[in-house]
Amino acid sequence: MQEMMIAKAKELLGSGAVNRVLGWKTGEFVYDITPAVFTSVEELEKDFVYNDFCGNNLSKYLIKESRKEGKILAFLKPCDTYSFNQLLKEHRILRDNVYVVGVPCEGKTDGETLKAKGVKGILGIRTEGDSFVVDTLYGEKTLAKADALPERCLSCKSKKHMVYDELLGPEGEVLDSHRFDMVEKIEKMTPDERFEFWRGELSRCIRCNACRNVCPACSCEKCVFDNDASGIAQKAAADSFEENMFHIIRAFHVAGRCTDCGECSRVCPQNIPLHLLNRKFIKDIDTFYGEYQAGEDTTTRAPLTNYDPGDVEPSIVYGKGGKK
Amino acid sequence: MQRIGVFVCWCGSNIAATVDVNAVSEALAHEPGVVFSTNYQYMCSESGQNLIKDAIKEHQLTGVVICSCSPRMHEATFRKTVAAAGLNSYMLEIANIREQCSWIHKDKAEATEKAIILGRAAIAKVQLNAPLTPGTSPVTKRALVIGGGIAGIQTALDIADAGFEVDIVEKQPTIGGKMTQIDKTFPTLDCAACILTPKMVDCAQNEKINIFAYSEVEEVKGFVGSFTVKIKKKARYVDPVKCTGCGECTEKCPMKKIPNEFNLGLDTRRAIYIPFAQAVPKVATIDPDHCNMLKNGKCGLCAKVCSAGAIDYKQKDEIVEREYGAIVVATGYNPIKLDDYDEYAYAQSKDVVSSLEFERLTNAAGPTGGTLLRPSDGKHPHTIVFVQCVGSRCSNEGKGKSYCSKICCMYTAKHAMLTREKYPDTDVYVFYIDVRSPGKNYDEFYRRAVEEYGVHYIKGMVGKVVPRSDGKLLVQASDLLANEQLHIEADMVVLAAAIEPDKSARPLATMLTASMDTNDFFTEAHAKLRPVESPTAGIFLSGACQGPKDIPDTVAQAGAAASKVIGLLAKDKLTGNPCIAHPDEWMCNGCSSCEKVCPYGAISYVDKEFRMPDRTTAIRRVAVVNEAVCQGCGACTVACPSGAMDLKGFSNSQIMAEVDALCKM
Amino acid sequence: MQDVKTFKPKIVAFCCNWCSYAGADLAGTNRLNYPADVKIIRVPCSCRVNPMFILRAFQRGADGVILCGCHPGDCHYTTGNYYARRRMTLLFSMLDYLGIEKERTRVEWVSAAEGAKFAQTMNEFVEAVTKLGENKRLEDLRCKK
Repeated sequence: MQEMMIAKAKELLGSGAVNRVLGWKTGEFVYDITPAVFTSVEELEKDFVYNDFCGNNLSKYLIKESRKEGKILAFLKPCDTYSFNQLLKEHRILRDNVYVVGVPCEGKTDGETLKAKGVKGILGIRTEGDSFVVDTLYGEKTLAKADALPERCLSCKSKKHMVYDELLGPEGEVLDSHRFDMVEKIEKMTPDERFEFWRGELSRCIRCNACRNVCPACSCEKCVFDNDASGIAQKAAADSFEENMFHIIRAFHVAGRCTDCGECSRVCPQNIPLHLLNRKFIKDIDTFYGEYQAGEDTTTRAPLTNYDPGDVEPSIVYGKGGKK
Repeated sequence: MQRIGVFVCWCGSNIAATVDVNAVSEALAHEPGVVFSTNYQYMCSESGQNLIKDAIKEHQLTGVVICSCSPRMHEATFRKTVAAAGLNSYMLEIANIREQCSWIHKDKAEATEKAIILGRAAIAKVQLNAPLTPGTSPVTKRALVIGGGIAGIQTALDIADAGFEVDIVEKQPTIGGKMTQIDKTFPTLDCAACILTPKMVDCAQNEKINIFAYSEVEEVKGFVGSFTVKIKKKARYVDPVKCTGCGECTEKCPMKKIPNEFNLGLDTRRAIYIPFAQAVPKVATIDPDHCNMLKNGKCGLCAKVCSAGAIDYKQKDEIVEREYGAIVVATGYNPIKLDDYDEYAYAQSKDVVSSLEFERLTNAAGPTGGTLLRPSDGKHPHTIVFVQCVGSRCSNEGKGKSYCSKICCMYTAKHAMLTREKYPDTDVYVFYIDVRSPGKNYDEFYRRAVEEYGVHYIKGMVGKVVPRSDGKLLVQASDLLANEQLHIEADMVVLAAAIEPDKSARPLATMLTASMDTNDFFTEAHAKLRPVESPTAGIFLSGACQGPKDIPDTVAQAGAAASKVIGLLAKDKLTGNPCIAHPDEWMCNGCSSCEKVCPYGAISYVDKEFRMPDRTTAIRRVAVVNEAVCQGCGACTVACPSGAMDLKGFSNSQIMAEVDALCKM
Repeated sequence: MQDVKTFKPKIVAFCCNWCSYAGADLAGTNRLNYPADVKIIRVPCSCRVNPMFILRAFQRGADGVILCGCHPGDCHYTTGNYYARRRMTLLFSMLDYLGIEKERTRVEWVSAAEGAKFAQTMNEFVEAVTKLGENKRLEDLRCKK
């Protein structure tokens, strides 16, 4: 696939159809992948990679890139196309300046996950059937994908590209994921158990803002937490509001706009399962207002900017949830 | 930091009996920013107001907090007071310590403590108040009425009567609308043409009224007070100034077999036609779909016979741009199409007709000259079955409407009564679910049909109509009261078709940013209190575009809409509410979330060039609030993820400050 | 936790100007009693209430927050309370999910004519919140304490 992509990129750069290519490159370690913009064939040949570590969602970069001179080629995984569509809906990406090439994804792992499985000295990775074969300093190791993929890929919602100008590889399908299983498990806990669960998770937060920086829905020109007029950004005044309420406000701000790409949890250095907050909103929206998948299209109204006169009352919350 | 003055009112003993006013003014005197604090027996009295004015001047106050009764009571009073002392009237906040404190709490210590906290919240808010000035916008003293039926005609006449210019845009070649097709009107049975055509003539002759017939609204821009509208005058291929309406051309045109829409296809017209004798404007129109000259350049007969030289085959659509202060929607209704109603054999038999077709069959100006004859064989019908609620009050989706069409019960009673009066030998059956006859003299009218005219009213639905080879229509129905099945051999069946908004309404609503319900009826600003205004300022509703209506209701609403328009046009300038939304352009993402929740269409977007901090320029899409249209609800402020949209007078930081003040103890 | 008998909860009530604030005024005019623990903030419409305001109140020590607006269908601004309803439903459900006592938050539709309903609602709400005692959990969602 990587060769096909480089060939495609060369072809489009060569013909002048695009003047830049958005993809991935490897950092110091093979699993240390960063998004990158390539402008020449030489750069592509030297640095462009697409492997089982390329989990980064590239859509957010197009907010800035699509506003630059000329057209950019963007390789998007199925997940990324949902975010791309959502950003199109919000007028954040200029569609005409992007040439989208859909690329398949069979689940992306990362160094952390592999290391947690005891794999050390990673030199390379490839997929063989349902397994990853990891090339290491100590020889090859084979891991079942079911053991070596992060939760977001194990409960993948779709292998289908929502939008593309061209597709490399076969057309995928929307999957019957079990992505709400964990949310349901939490819902079944008692309030005390839930509170303890979240205390355990959220208290580890170091407010590094990695989740906010990576999230394609968190793409405001200026974050509300940095907005003096919002009444909540008062760092100088040693205000604790932002500190205490950051995650719930962030989750609420992306409610109905979050495509569930899972980047927040991927980048969290403290491994907080932040996607479980977003999925709760997604699940509630599905239950209360009908199935809605952000990023499926670019026209339907988001659930929070829509209503039905017969909507459920907030008191519905009293009747549900776990035992007291 | 503001210089704040606090004024605690006793309201006689209303507040002072339960709240220790001295303790309140003393406690609030120590709040940050407070430079003056006092209490007085009646703040709203003249001497109380003077006390406030003097203190503002003496202490150079920049903000005022009054602890008194509800702001719903005296906010307006005190705004004037502070303005009279030279302070911006929005530098005032009221702490409600009467309705929400002294009157509901009995314990004096508790009530006093709460009054102090409420005062603190008001002080915290006023700290963040900024002077606000209501925006003003000019008013173009001309109204546009879209739709030239009885609703539009009445609205236009009433507005013109008040001395304002009105334009009527009507898509048909003549104004008059559905009422021109109706024979008699309930409950008085006077002839529709006799009461309508004089009004049409009045419109044509009124200097203040300008009729754009055979025209459509193409584009609407602007907002209340200053709309700019593009009107497309469709090519008639006849010069309306030269045409005298003599009708010579319409008799000579060789294209004779064109279904006549005025008579609902029950007879034919020519390719050049005048819809009916009393048309306004009385100008011929060439139907480009059927005219040989326009289609293939062969014919030209009408041009030859026209002594006025009015025929112009080269005429083109023309776009006119006009300015208006107000727009009235009067797009009316249409009966639904009945082609799918196979159970009533509507498409199968010519003798199954809709009620509007029946109107034409009984109208003296109709295809039969007013003699009721069966469309199939031209014979006199002896048994007629009327079916009510065809497509109205339907529960199954897809076919029919969930609502009651309102007018059918009454016109069916009229049809039945008129039939029995003219042709006493005819048996008339009416099948109904309920007879709905509220309205002045309506029930009496229906009772007369049953009691004096001997119309057979049967509660029940018609299940099936089967055309027989002998020309009879076999009607199978149930009589719910007698609990039996009926089989009637009818000569004609008349279906009371549901009515629906005109198809042009939906695209028009989009152009006007006026809201509609799921049935495509325009929604009113308030169902009870603002029934003729759209939530979009400057857009008014007249007639059946807002919901099913009969003629009396339509005329009443038309007059009401006109009076609202007159009230608007009488103003030279519109003064807005200054407590409106405003976006911070630097923070706006241009994501359109705010636009989606705005009930008034007050938000639009522009691409604007910005000098970025890194000295580059960037073009960004940012929200713009139309100050004349925004009503200040604040829905957009919460929809905005970045907090770029804020509400003046109720800003995020102001409300947060209030929250903090209330929770701090 | 403090003794239930002496515990006085802090309650913040957001009321829309057109219906519920007027309903509260009517309760006052009719001298209908409810606890002084309830403090009202006037907003133009229930749709003006940002979930952040509610979280802020809790974080600053409120023990209960209630939002009152016009009945659905009766909004002065036509549709504001429909949006408020969705926002609050999702917010409350999320608070519940985080293990916060859901009885601390409430939405009630109170018209300008429903002074009695306003007073009754406040009495019930204060009672419910008093039973729960002091709000500890929502003061710090990140639970560092």
